[in-house]
Amino acid sequence: MNYNWHWKVLLETEPGGTGTYLHYLIVGLGWTLATALAAWVIALAIGALVGTLRTTPLKWAVRMGNLYVEIFRNVPLIVQMFLWFFVVPELLPKGLGDWIKQMPPPWSSYLPAVLCLGIFTSVRVAEQVRAGINSLPRGQRMAGIAMGLTEAQTYLTVTLPQAFRIILPPLTSEFMNVIKNSSVALTIGLLELTGRARAMQEFSFRVFEAFTAATVIYLLTNLIVVVLMRALEKKVRVPGLIVAAGAPQAGH
Amino acid sequence: MSGFDFDVIQRSWVYLFREGMSFTLTLTALAMAGGIVFGTLLAMMRLSSMKPVSMFAGAYVNLMRSIPLVLVIFWFFFLVPYIGAWVIDAKEPIKVGAFWSAAITFTMFEAAYYCEIMRAGIQSIPRGQVWSGYALGLDYWQTMARIVLPQAFRNMLPVLLTQTIILFQDTSLVYVISATDFLGAAAKVANRDYRLVEMYSFVAVVYFVVSYGLSSLVRRLQDRIAIVK
Repeated sequence: MNYNWHWKVLLETEPGGTGTYLHYLIVGLGWTLATALAAWVIALAIGALVGTLRTTPLKWAVRMGNLYVEIFRNVPLIVQMFLWFFVVPELLPKGLGDWIKQMPPPWSSYLPAVLCLGIFTSVRVAEQVRAGINSLPRGQRMAGIAMGLTEAQTYLTVTLPQAFRIILPPLTSEFMNVIKNSSVALTIGLLELTGRARAMQEFSFRVFEAFTAATVIYLLTNLIVVVLMRALEKKVRVPGLIVAAGAPQAGH
Repeated sequence: MSGFDFDVIQRSWVYLFREGMSFTLTLTALAMAGGIVFGTLLAMMRLSSMKPVSMFAGAYVNLMRSIPLVLVIFWFFFLVPYIGAWVIDAKEPIKVGAFWSAAITFTMFEAAYYCEIMRAGIQSIPRGQVWSGYALGLDYWQTMARIVLPQAFRNMLPVLLTQTIILFQDTSLVYVISATDFLGAAAKVANRDYRLVEMYSFVAVVYFVVSYGLSSLVRRLQDRIAIVK
Protein backbone atom coordinates (compact mmCIF):
# COMPACT_ATOMS: atom_id res chain seq x y z
CA MET A 1 0.00 0.00 0.00
CA ASN A 2 1.40 3.35 -0.94
CA TYR A 3 0.01 5.85 1.50
CA ASN A 4 2.18 8.76 2.52
CA TRP A 5 1.91 9.16 6.25
CA HIS A 6 2.12 12.69 7.52
CA TRP A 7 1.95 12.56 11.30
CA LYS A 8 2.91 16.21 11.77
CA VAL A 9 -0.65 17.08 10.75
CA LEU A 10 -1.62 16.45 14.38
CA LEU A 11 0.37 19.53 15.38
CA GLU A 12 -1.05 21.78 12.69
CA THR A 13 -3.78 24.28 13.57
CA GLU A 14 -7.35 23.19 12.93
CA PRO A 15 -9.47 25.58 10.82
CA GLY A 16 -11.61 26.63 13.80
CA GLY A 17 -8.48 28.18 15.27
CA THR A 18 -8.90 26.64 18.73
CA GLY A 19 -5.51 24.94 18.64
CA THR A 20 -3.80 21.94 17.09
CA TYR A 21 -5.67 18.95 15.67
CA LEU A 22 -4.39 16.89 18.57
CA HIS A 23 -5.96 19.36 21.00
CA TYR A 24 -9.13 19.27 18.88
CA LEU A 25 -9.31 15.47 19.27
CA ILE A 26 -8.58 15.59 23.02
CA VAL A 27 -11.48 18.04 23.48
CA GLY A 28 -13.53 15.48 21.54
CA LEU A 29 -12.53 12.85 24.09
CA GLY A 30 -13.74 15.27 26.77
CA TRP A 31 -17.17 15.39 25.10
CA THR A 32 -17.19 11.62 24.71
CA LEU A 33 -16.53 11.18 28.42
CA ALA A 34 -18.95 13.94 29.45
CA THR A 35 -21.70 12.27 27.40
CA ALA A 36 -20.84 8.76 28.60
CA LEU A 37 -20.62 9.70 32.29
CA ALA A 38 -23.89 11.65 32.35
CA ALA A 39 -25.63 8.84 30.47
CA TRP A 40 -24.11 6.31 32.88
CA VAL A 41 -25.64 8.08 35.88
CA ILE A 42 -29.08 7.91 34.26
CA ALA A 43 -28.52 4.30 33.20
CA LEU A 44 -27.53 3.20 36.70
CA ALA A 45 -30.46 4.96 38.37
CA ILE A 46 -33.16 3.72 35.99
CA GLY A 47 -31.49 0.35 35.45
CA ALA A 48 -31.30 -0.39 39.17
CA LEU A 49 -34.95 0.58 39.64
CA VAL A 50 -36.32 -1.34 36.64
CA GLY A 51 -34.10 -4.37 37.27
CA THR A 52 -35.24 -4.53 40.89
CA LEU A 53 -38.92 -4.10 39.99
CA ARG A 54 -38.67 -7.06 37.64
CA THR A 55 -37.67 -9.35 40.53
CA THR A 56 -40.54 -8.32 42.82
CA PRO A 57 -43.70 -10.43 43.23
CA LEU A 58 -45.73 -7.46 41.92
CA LYS A 59 -47.21 -8.65 38.61
CA TRP A 60 -47.87 -5.17 37.18
CA ALA A 61 -44.38 -3.95 38.07
CA VAL A 62 -42.78 -6.94 36.34
CA ARG A 63 -44.92 -6.36 33.28
CA MET A 64 -44.12 -2.64 33.12
CA GLY A 65 -40.43 -3.45 33.51
CA ASN A 66 -40.56 -6.03 30.72
CA LEU A 67 -42.34 -3.59 28.43
CA TYR A 68 -39.72 -0.91 29.11
CA VAL A 69 -36.87 -3.31 28.41
CA GLU A 70 -38.38 -4.69 25.21
CA ILE A 71 -39.12 -1.24 23.76
CA PHE A 72 -35.66 0.19 24.21
CA ARG A 73 -33.83 -3.02 23.38
CA ASN A 74 -35.48 -3.64 20.03
CA VAL A 75 -34.97 -0.27 18.35
CA PRO A 76 -31.49 0.55 16.97
CA LEU A 77 -29.52 3.15 18.92
CA ILE A 78 -29.22 5.54 15.96
CA VAL A 79 -33.01 5.44 15.43
CA GLN A 80 -33.50 6.20 19.13
CA MET A 81 -31.05 9.12 18.73
CA PHE A 82 -33.18 10.50 15.89
CA LEU A 83 -36.34 10.05 17.95
CA TRP A 84 -34.90 12.04 20.85
CA PHE A 85 -33.43 14.71 18.59
CA PHE A 86 -36.07 15.17 15.87
CA VAL A 87 -39.29 13.67 17.20
CA VAL A 88 -39.49 14.25 20.97
CA PRO A 89 -39.21 18.09 20.80
CA GLU A 90 -42.17 18.09 18.39
CA LEU A 91 -44.31 16.00 20.75
CA LEU A 92 -43.59 18.13 23.83
CA PRO A 93 -45.62 21.25 24.63
CA LYS A 94 -44.61 23.91 22.12
CA GLY A 95 -42.75 26.17 24.54
CA LEU A 96 -40.60 23.38 25.96
CA GLY A 97 -39.95 21.85 22.53
CA ASP A 98 -38.82 25.19 21.12
CA TRP A 99 -36.61 25.81 24.13
CA ILE A 100 -34.82 22.49 23.51
CA LYS A 101 -34.46 23.13 19.79
CA GLN A 102 -33.09 26.64 20.36
CA MET A 103 -30.45 25.68 22.90
CA PRO A 104 -27.04 26.80 21.66
CA PRO A 105 -24.86 24.03 20.21
CA PRO A 106 -23.46 21.70 21.40
CA TRP A 107 -26.10 21.55 24.15
CA SER A 108 -28.94 21.05 21.67
CA SER A 109 -27.27 17.75 20.68
CA TYR A 110 -25.73 16.95 24.05
CA LEU A 111 -29.01 16.80 25.97
CA PRO A 112 -30.85 14.42 23.58
CA ALA A 113 -27.69 12.31 23.26
CA VAL A 114 -27.34 11.91 27.03
CA LEU A 115 -31.03 11.06 27.51
CA CYS A 116 -30.97 8.60 24.61
CA LEU A 117 -27.77 6.84 25.69
CA GLY A 118 -28.83 6.82 29.33
CA ILE A 119 -32.13 5.12 28.61
CA PHE A 120 -30.64 2.78 26.00
CA THR A 121 -28.02 1.65 28.51
CA SER A 122 -30.45 1.48 31.44
CA VAL A 123 -32.07 -1.51 29.74
CA ARG A 124 -28.79 -3.41 29.75
CA VAL A 125 -28.10 -2.39 33.36
CA ALA A 126 -31.62 -3.53 34.31
CA GLU A 127 -30.91 -6.96 32.80
CA GLN A 128 -27.69 -7.24 34.78
CA VAL A 129 -29.30 -6.10 38.04
CA ARG A 130 -32.12 -8.60 37.60
CA ALA A 131 -29.66 -11.39 36.85
CA GLY A 132 -27.57 -10.38 39.87
CA ILE A 133 -30.54 -10.45 42.26
CA ASN A 134 -31.78 -13.76 40.83
CA SER A 135 -28.33 -15.31 41.24
CA LEU A 136 -28.47 -14.85 45.02
CA PRO A 137 -29.64 -17.82 47.10
CA ARG A 138 -33.34 -17.52 47.97
CA GLY A 139 -32.40 -17.90 51.63
CA GLN A 140 -30.94 -14.38 51.63
CA ARG A 141 -34.29 -12.76 51.03
CA MET A 142 -36.10 -15.17 53.32
CA ALA A 143 -33.62 -14.51 56.13
CA GLY A 144 -34.18 -10.78 55.71
CA ILE A 145 -37.95 -11.20 55.96
CA ALA A 146 -37.58 -13.60 58.89
CA MET A 147 -35.54 -10.99 60.76
CA GLY A 148 -38.51 -8.66 60.55
CA LEU A 149 -37.31 -6.45 57.73
CA THR A 150 -39.91 -5.19 55.29
CA GLU A 151 -39.66 -6.16 51.63
CA ALA A 152 -38.13 -2.76 50.80
CA GLN A 153 -35.62 -2.98 53.68
CA THR A 154 -34.62 -6.47 52.56
CA TYR A 155 -33.85 -5.15 49.09
CA LEU A 156 -31.94 -2.13 50.34
CA THR A 157 -29.88 -3.81 53.04
CA VAL A 158 -29.59 -7.46 51.97
CA THR A 159 -30.10 -8.31 48.31
CA LEU A 160 -29.17 -5.15 46.38
CA PRO A 161 -25.79 -4.54 48.06
CA GLN A 162 -24.77 -8.13 47.30
CA ALA A 163 -26.19 -8.06 43.78
CA PHE A 164 -24.24 -4.91 42.89
CA ARG A 165 -21.01 -6.41 44.13
CA ILE A 166 -21.61 -9.51 42.02
CA ILE A 167 -22.50 -7.68 38.81
CA LEU A 168 -19.65 -5.18 38.88
CA PRO A 169 -17.61 -6.98 36.17
CA PRO A 170 -20.45 -7.01 33.61
CA LEU A 171 -21.25 -3.41 34.55
CA THR A 172 -17.66 -2.51 33.69
CA SER A 173 -18.13 -3.76 30.17
CA GLU A 174 -21.45 -1.91 29.95
CA PHE A 175 -19.64 1.27 30.94
CA MET A 176 -17.14 0.72 28.16
CA ASN A 177 -20.08 0.18 25.82
CA VAL A 178 -21.49 3.60 26.76
CA ILE A 179 -18.17 5.21 25.89
CA LYS A 180 -18.17 3.47 22.51
CA ASN A 181 -21.87 4.02 21.85
CA SER A 182 -21.58 7.76 22.51
CA SER A 183 -19.97 7.95 19.06
CA VAL A 184 -23.46 7.48 17.56
CA ALA A 185 -24.23 11.00 18.84
CA LEU A 186 -22.20 12.36 15.93
CA THR A 187 -25.25 11.64 13.76
CA ILE A 188 -27.17 14.35 15.63
CA GLY A 189 -24.28 16.77 15.44
CA LEU A 190 -22.37 16.22 18.67
CA LEU A 191 -18.66 16.62 17.94
CA GLU A 192 -17.29 13.93 20.21
CA LEU A 193 -14.10 11.98 19.51
CA THR A 194 -15.23 10.01 16.44
CA GLY A 195 -17.07 13.05 15.07
CA ARG A 196 -13.95 15.17 15.44
CA ALA A 197 -11.77 12.52 13.80
CA ARG A 198 -14.19 12.55 10.89
CA ALA A 199 -14.15 16.38 10.77
CA MET A 200 -10.35 16.41 10.93
CA GLN A 201 -10.26 13.99 8.01
CA GLU A 202 -12.49 16.34 6.02
CA PHE A 203 -10.51 19.48 6.85
CA SER A 204 -7.00 18.09 6.45
CA PHE A 205 -7.55 15.20 3.97
CA ARG A 206 -5.34 13.10 6.27
CA VAL A 207 -7.69 10.11 6.52
CA PHE A 208 -5.63 7.48 8.28
CA GLU A 209 -3.75 9.83 10.61
CA ALA A 210 -7.08 11.12 11.94
CA PHE A 211 -8.61 7.68 12.45
CA THR A 212 -5.41 6.17 13.85
CA ALA A 213 -5.19 8.97 16.41
CA ALA A 214 -8.82 8.46 17.42
CA THR A 215 -8.31 4.68 17.64
CA VAL A 216 -5.27 5.10 19.88
CA ILE A 217 -7.16 7.51 22.14
CA TYR A 218 -10.05 5.04 22.45
CA LEU A 219 -7.64 2.20 23.25
CA LEU A 220 -5.89 4.25 25.95
CA THR A 221 -9.24 5.26 27.46
CA ASN A 222 -10.32 1.62 27.53
CA LEU A 223 -7.07 0.62 29.16
CA ILE A 224 -7.45 3.21 31.92
CA VAL A 225 -11.08 2.24 32.57
CA VAL A 226 -10.17 -1.46 32.74
CA VAL A 227 -7.29 -0.88 35.15
CA LEU A 228 -9.40 1.31 37.45
CA MET A 229 -12.38 -1.03 37.39
CA ARG A 230 -10.27 -4.15 38.03
CA ALA A 231 -8.92 -2.44 41.15
CA LEU A 232 -12.46 -1.59 42.26
CA GLU A 233 -13.70 -5.11 41.47
CA LYS A 234 -10.93 -6.58 43.60
CA LYS A 235 -11.93 -4.33 46.47
CA VAL A 236 -15.65 -5.05 46.49
CA ARG A 237 -15.54 -8.72 45.50
CA VAL A 238 -17.72 -10.85 47.78
CA PRO A 239 -15.28 -13.05 49.74
CA GLY A 240 -15.87 -16.73 49.27
CA LEU A 241 -17.67 -16.39 45.95
CA ILE A 242 -15.89 -17.75 42.94
CA VAL A 243 -15.98 -15.04 40.30
CA ALA A 244 -17.80 -16.78 37.49
CA ALA A 245 -16.92 -15.84 33.95
CA GLY A 246 -20.64 -15.56 33.29
CA ALA A 247 -22.60 -16.99 30.42
CA PRO A 248 -21.56 -15.69 27.01
CA GLN A 249 -23.82 -12.86 26.00
CA ALA A 250 -24.54 -11.23 22.72
CA GLY A 251 -23.88 -7.52 22.64
CA HIS A 252 -21.75 -4.65 21.59
CA MET B 1 -47.28 19.57 15.97
CA SER B 2 -49.44 19.82 12.89
CA GLY B 3 -51.10 16.40 12.89
CA PHE B 4 -49.52 13.08 12.08
CA ASP B 5 -49.34 12.63 8.31
CA PHE B 6 -49.89 8.96 7.48
CA ASP B 7 -49.97 9.84 3.81
CA VAL B 8 -46.20 10.20 3.53
CA ILE B 9 -45.75 6.63 4.82
CA GLN B 10 -48.35 5.32 2.42
CA ARG B 11 -46.58 7.06 -0.45
CA SER B 12 -43.11 5.83 0.44
CA TRP B 13 -43.38 2.43 2.08
CA VAL B 14 -42.88 0.48 -1.16
CA TYR B 15 -39.64 2.40 -1.77
CA LEU B 16 -38.56 1.97 1.86
CA PHE B 17 -38.91 -1.80 1.74
CA ARG B 18 -37.80 -2.43 -1.83
CA GLU B 19 -34.70 -0.23 -1.65
CA GLY B 20 -34.01 0.12 2.04
CA MET B 21 -35.08 -3.06 3.76
CA SER B 22 -33.63 -5.28 1.02
CA PHE B 23 -30.27 -3.51 1.51
CA THR B 24 -30.51 -3.99 5.27
CA LEU B 25 -31.48 -7.66 5.05
CA THR B 26 -28.87 -8.55 2.41
CA LEU B 27 -26.19 -6.80 4.43
CA THR B 28 -27.30 -8.59 7.61
CA ALA B 29 -27.32 -12.00 5.90
CA LEU B 30 -23.89 -11.53 4.29
CA ALA B 31 -22.30 -10.19 7.46
CA MET B 32 -23.84 -12.98 9.53
CA ALA B 33 -22.55 -15.71 7.22
CA GLY B 34 -19.12 -14.13 6.83
CA GLY B 35 -18.94 -13.14 10.47
CA ILE B 36 -19.72 -16.64 11.74
CA VAL B 37 -17.18 -18.26 9.37
CA PHE B 38 -14.38 -15.80 10.26
CA GLY B 39 -15.48 -15.72 13.89
CA THR B 40 -15.21 -19.51 14.17
CA LEU B 41 -11.77 -19.47 12.55
CA LEU B 42 -10.70 -16.69 14.93
CA ALA B 43 -12.01 -18.68 17.90
CA MET B 44 -10.00 -21.72 16.78
CA MET B 45 -6.96 -19.46 16.41
CA ARG B 46 -7.47 -17.95 19.87
CA LEU B 47 -7.61 -21.43 21.38
CA SER B 48 -4.60 -22.62 19.38
CA SER B 49 -1.54 -23.85 21.25
CA MET B 50 0.66 -21.89 18.83
CA LYS B 51 1.40 -18.67 20.72
CA PRO B 52 1.77 -16.26 17.75
CA VAL B 53 -1.49 -17.49 16.23
CA SER B 54 -3.50 -17.09 19.42
CA MET B 55 -1.89 -13.74 20.17
CA PHE B 56 -2.73 -12.41 16.72
CA ALA B 57 -6.36 -13.50 17.01
CA GLY B 58 -6.58 -12.11 20.54
CA ALA B 59 -5.17 -8.75 19.47
CA TYR B 60 -7.57 -8.52 16.54
CA VAL B 61 -10.62 -9.37 18.64
CA ASN B 62 -9.67 -6.98 21.44
CA LEU B 63 -8.96 -4.16 19.01
CA MET B 64 -12.34 -4.55 17.31
CA ARG B 65 -14.14 -4.74 20.65
CA SER B 66 -12.40 -1.63 21.99
CA ILE B 67 -13.35 0.91 19.35
CA PRO B 68 -16.81 2.17 18.37
CA LEU B 69 -18.55 0.58 15.40
CA VAL B 70 -19.01 4.01 13.83
CA LEU B 71 -15.24 4.50 13.80
CA VAL B 72 -14.76 1.02 12.32
CA ILE B 73 -17.23 1.89 9.56
CA PHE B 74 -15.24 5.04 8.74
CA TRP B 75 -11.96 3.11 8.85
CA PHE B 76 -13.08 0.47 6.38
CA PHE B 77 -14.88 2.96 4.16
CA PHE B 78 -11.53 4.63 3.46
CA LEU B 79 -9.30 1.58 3.89
CA VAL B 80 -11.07 -0.91 1.62
CA PRO B 81 -10.22 0.99 -1.62
CA TYR B 82 -6.53 0.84 -0.67
CA ILE B 83 -6.67 -2.85 0.27
CA GLY B 84 -8.49 -3.55 -2.99
CA ALA B 85 -5.80 -1.72 -4.96
CA TRP B 86 -3.13 -3.69 -3.12
CA VAL B 87 -4.87 -7.01 -3.81
CA ILE B 88 -5.29 -6.43 -7.55
CA ASP B 89 -1.97 -4.58 -7.70
CA ALA B 90 -3.46 -1.30 -8.97
CA LYS B 91 -1.65 2.04 -8.68
CA GLU B 92 -4.64 4.06 -7.48
CA PRO B 93 -7.16 3.19 -4.73
CA ILE B 94 -10.08 1.40 -6.40
CA LYS B 95 -13.70 2.49 -6.17
CA VAL B 96 -15.84 0.43 -3.79
CA GLY B 97 -19.55 1.14 -3.36
CA ALA B 98 -21.17 1.77 0.00
CA PHE B 99 -22.74 -1.70 -0.01
CA TRP B 100 -19.55 -3.71 -0.38
CA SER B 101 -17.69 -1.43 1.95
CA ALA B 102 -20.41 -2.00 4.55
CA ALA B 103 -20.49 -5.76 3.89
CA ILE B 104 -16.73 -6.05 4.51
CA THR B 105 -16.92 -3.78 7.57
CA PHE B 106 -19.69 -5.69 9.27
CA THR B 107 -18.18 -9.08 8.42
CA MET B 108 -14.84 -8.12 9.94
CA PHE B 109 -16.38 -6.34 12.92
CA GLU B 110 -18.96 -8.98 13.79
CA ALA B 111 -16.35 -11.73 13.40
CA ALA B 112 -14.78 -10.43 16.63
CA TYR B 113 -18.09 -10.76 18.50
CA TYR B 114 -19.02 -14.13 16.96
CA CYS B 115 -15.49 -15.27 17.85
CA GLU B 116 -16.07 -14.71 21.56
CA ILE B 117 -19.36 -16.62 21.38
CA MET B 118 -17.81 -19.53 19.48
CA ARG B 119 -14.85 -19.58 21.83
CA ALA B 120 -17.20 -20.03 24.77
CA GLY B 121 -19.03 -22.69 22.75
CA ILE B 122 -15.87 -24.64 21.98
CA GLN B 123 -14.70 -24.35 25.58
CA SER B 124 -18.03 -25.75 26.78
CA ILE B 125 -17.29 -29.09 25.06
CA PRO B 126 -15.70 -31.63 27.45
CA ARG B 127 -12.08 -32.39 26.66
CA GLY B 128 -12.85 -36.09 26.46
CA GLN B 129 -14.69 -35.40 23.19
CA VAL B 130 -11.49 -34.12 21.59
CA TRP B 131 -9.39 -36.96 22.98
CA SER B 132 -11.81 -39.58 21.75
CA GLY B 133 -11.67 -37.95 18.32
CA TYR B 134 -7.88 -38.23 18.29
CA ALA B 135 -8.11 -41.77 19.68
CA LEU B 136 -10.29 -42.70 16.70
CA GLY B 137 -7.50 -41.52 14.43
CA LEU B 138 -9.07 -38.22 13.32
CA ASP B 139 -6.76 -35.26 12.80
CA TYR B 140 -7.31 -31.75 14.23
CA TRP B 141 -9.50 -30.50 11.38
CA GLN B 142 -11.62 -33.65 11.30
CA THR B 143 -12.10 -33.56 15.08
CA MET B 144 -13.12 -29.92 14.91
CA ALA B 145 -15.43 -30.29 11.91
CA ARG B 146 -17.17 -33.48 12.98
CA ILE B 147 -17.13 -33.52 16.76
CA VAL B 148 -16.43 -30.19 18.43
CA LEU B 149 -17.94 -27.53 16.16
CA PRO B 150 -21.33 -29.20 15.56
CA GLN B 151 -21.88 -29.43 19.31
CA ALA B 152 -20.53 -25.94 19.93
CA PHE B 153 -22.85 -24.50 17.29
CA ARG B 154 -25.86 -26.20 18.78
CA ASN B 155 -25.06 -25.02 22.29
CA MET B 156 -24.45 -21.47 21.13
CA LEU B 157 -27.26 -21.21 18.59
CA PRO B 158 -29.48 -18.91 20.69
CA VAL B 159 -26.58 -16.54 21.46
CA LEU B 160 -25.45 -16.54 17.82
CA LEU B 161 -28.97 -15.65 16.72
CA THR B 162 -29.30 -12.92 19.37
CA GLN B 163 -26.03 -11.46 18.13
CA THR B 164 -27.49 -11.53 14.62
CA ILE B 165 -30.52 -9.53 15.78
CA ILE B 166 -28.10 -6.95 17.22
CA LEU B 167 -26.26 -7.00 13.89
CA PHE B 168 -29.57 -6.38 12.10
CA GLN B 169 -30.10 -3.29 14.27
CA ASP B 170 -26.50 -2.12 13.93
CA THR B 171 -26.55 -2.15 10.14
CA SER B 172 -28.58 1.08 10.49
CA LEU B 173 -25.27 2.78 11.33
CA VAL B 174 -24.33 2.69 7.63
CA TYR B 175 -26.26 5.96 7.69
CA VAL B 176 -22.89 7.61 8.47
CA ILE B 177 -21.54 6.65 5.03
CA SER B 178 -24.81 7.74 3.38
CA ALA B 179 -25.84 4.24 2.31
CA THR B 180 -29.51 3.71 1.48
CA ASP B 181 -30.45 1.09 4.03
CA PHE B 182 -33.90 1.10 5.65
CA LEU B 183 -33.04 4.07 7.86
CA GLY B 184 -31.14 5.82 5.08
CA ALA B 185 -34.10 5.49 2.69
CA ALA B 186 -36.47 6.82 5.36
CA ALA B 187 -34.12 9.72 6.10
CA LYS B 188 -34.09 10.65 2.41
CA VAL B 189 -37.89 10.74 2.24
CA ALA B 190 -38.07 12.52 5.62
CA ASN B 191 -35.76 15.31 4.50
CA ARG B 192 -37.30 15.64 1.05
CA ASP B 193 -40.88 15.96 2.31
CA TYR B 194 -39.91 17.49 5.66
CA ARG B 195 -41.75 14.71 7.49
CA LEU B 196 -39.13 13.70 10.08
CA VAL B 197 -41.55 12.88 12.89
CA GLU B 198 -43.61 10.49 10.78
CA MET B 199 -40.72 8.76 9.03
CA TYR B 200 -38.52 8.21 12.06
CA SER B 201 -41.46 6.99 14.15
CA PHE B 202 -42.36 4.57 11.37
CA VAL B 203 -38.75 3.33 11.17
CA ALA B 204 -38.69 2.76 14.92
CA VAL B 205 -41.93 0.77 14.80
CA VAL B 206 -40.70 -1.44 11.93
CA TYR B 207 -37.38 -2.15 13.64
CA PHE B 208 -39.19 -2.91 16.87
CA VAL B 209 -41.63 -5.32 15.27
CA VAL B 210 -38.91 -7.22 13.38
CA SER B 211 -36.44 -7.37 16.30
CA TYR B 212 -39.07 -8.25 18.87
CA GLY B 213 -40.54 -10.94 16.64
CA LEU B 214 -37.14 -12.49 16.00
CA SER B 215 -36.08 -12.38 19.65
CA SER B 216 -39.35 -14.05 20.69
CA LEU B 217 -38.56 -16.84 18.22
CA VAL B 218 -35.03 -17.15 19.66
CA ARG B 219 -36.47 -17.42 23.17
CA ARG B 220 -38.78 -20.24 22.08
CA LEU B 221 -35.85 -22.00 20.43
CA GLN B 222 -33.82 -21.57 23.60
CA ASP B 223 -36.55 -23.26 25.64
CA ARG B 224 -36.68 -26.18 23.22
CA ILE B 225 -32.92 -26.64 23.26
CA ALA B 226 -32.92 -26.41 27.05
CA ILE B 227 -35.40 -29.30 27.28
CA VAL B 228 -33.36 -31.50 24.93
CA LYS B 229 -30.26 -31.16 27.13
